[in-house]
Amino acid sequence: MSKAGHDVAIVGAGIVGAACADELGRRGLSVVVVDGDVIGSGATAAGMGHIVVMDDSEAQFALTRYSQQLWQELRPELPDDVEYEQCGTIWVAADEEEMIEVRRKRDYYSKRRVPTDVLDPHALYRLEPNLRPGMAGGLLVPEDGVLYPPCAARFLMERAQKRGAKLHLGNSVAQIGRGQVRLVDGTEITAEIIVNAAGARAAELTPGLEIKKRKGHLVITDRYPGFVRHQLVELGYLKSAHSVTGDSVAFNVQPRRTGQILIGSSRQYGAEHKEVDHSMLVRMLQRAQEYMPGLAQLSTVRTWTGFRAATPDKLPLIGPWAGNVTAEKTGSATGDKSIFLATGHEGLGITTSLGTARILADQITGTKPEIPIEPYLPSRTAKEYAHA
Amino acid sequence: MPEQITVTVNGAPVAVPSGATVAVAMVLAGVACRTSVSGEPRGPLCGMGICFECRVAIGGIPHCRSCQVLCEQGMQVTTEN
Repeated sequence: MSKAGHDVAIVGAGIVGAACADELGRRGLSVVVVDGDVIGSGATAAGMGHIVVMDDSEAQFALTRYSQQLWQELRPELPDDVEYEQCGTIWVAADEEEMIEVRRKRDYYSKRRVPTDVLDPHALYRLEPNLRPGMAGGLLVPEDGVLYPPCAARFLMERAQKRGAKLHLGNSVAQIGRGQVRLVDGTEITAEIIVNAAGARAAELTPGLEIKKRKGHLVITDRYPGFVRHQLVELGYLKSAHSVTGDSVAFNVQPRRTGQILIGSSRQYGAEHKEVDHSMLVRMLQRAQEYMPGLAQLSTVRTWTGFRAATPDKLPLIGPWAGNVTAEKTGSATGDKSIFLATGHEGLGITTSLGTARILADQITGTKPEIPIEPYLPSRTAKEYAHA
Repeated sequence: MPEQITVTVNGAPVAVPSGATVAVAMVLAGVACRTSVSGEPRGPLCGMGICFECRVAIGGIPHCRSCQVLCEQGMQVTTEN
């Protein structure tokens, strides 16, 4: 296909970059992946690893459901250390108002053939006895699951390598464009197509890209098997995730196969430093204890932060980026047909990595996608600017 | 002579001198504090609360560092898997 060194150069060895390398390799393209750090060093290692169907928008539902089904197909091939567990999600309703949302969600999912179970308080406490008394109920989504993202990314990358992909780690990317990736040590890699899969750092390499870093905190406990059995998320989470400004926290806990419990979540814009912000941590843990008072008695092992790659409309950017209106104004990247994007997955990149890889590879190879891809095309943002 | 008190380790009584840590009771009982993830027996190593090797359940609370807790009369200690 190419006179260049490779058909495709992927910048970023996170789970999205790894999934894209694997899928493009499967379709017979020659692929090289570059990353300044190790496989899955960014949001991939920082996140929870929740394989979840979401319904903020029809497009978000389509991509998360498509991707979840791809994970289920892949499941028999996943090594044990990926720790895929189909534990289900319970959306916890604190009051009757949130039960209205439970039933709306149930109706939405059932129309789209996603199995769910509405839980009354009795059923909720039978499944999760450590929740605070007085909850109104919840919605169980049994096909949701969890996995350990760094090992999933490594599995995908190793499979890509078996398909012939090359991997360059430990040397940061300085610049991309016009079919060329230049590393900080001066190495130049040429490819017909360059995929910017650099997550929260994508805008550093592609000026004009509307991606903001959205910081999150997580805590992991010692081993308490059985204390939490499903991924538990408060329905108020939607209010937190939807807020486009301001800092927010939500109750979101996840059982790991080890018996450890991941406790989240927080969302902050404009926090560029990766240090733990103690006031956010306190707010986040207080929120968790409001839902699950017994958490206060557990020992924690580690606390860390990470950065989600957030787009203004909460949907990822998957496809060609020939420069938008903003980029044209600044004179950067205009008309560069070599740049493709696979970034902006916010808090859903682990789930949507597989669907992203399919959609991206469909566009690169001219294959008809299995779901409508217009909502994810980067050109949608260019249109917005043009109309603004 | 310090006063003797009695704790139980996995239900069996163990007499220890007053002021002894639970780690001492574990040594006197002759049992490992816990089993590691890879199935190995584990017990007190650093003796100063850093290594977390000597974790036991005390009074039903898991993951207590036995070297950091003083024995009390009637305390119920159980080993961890």
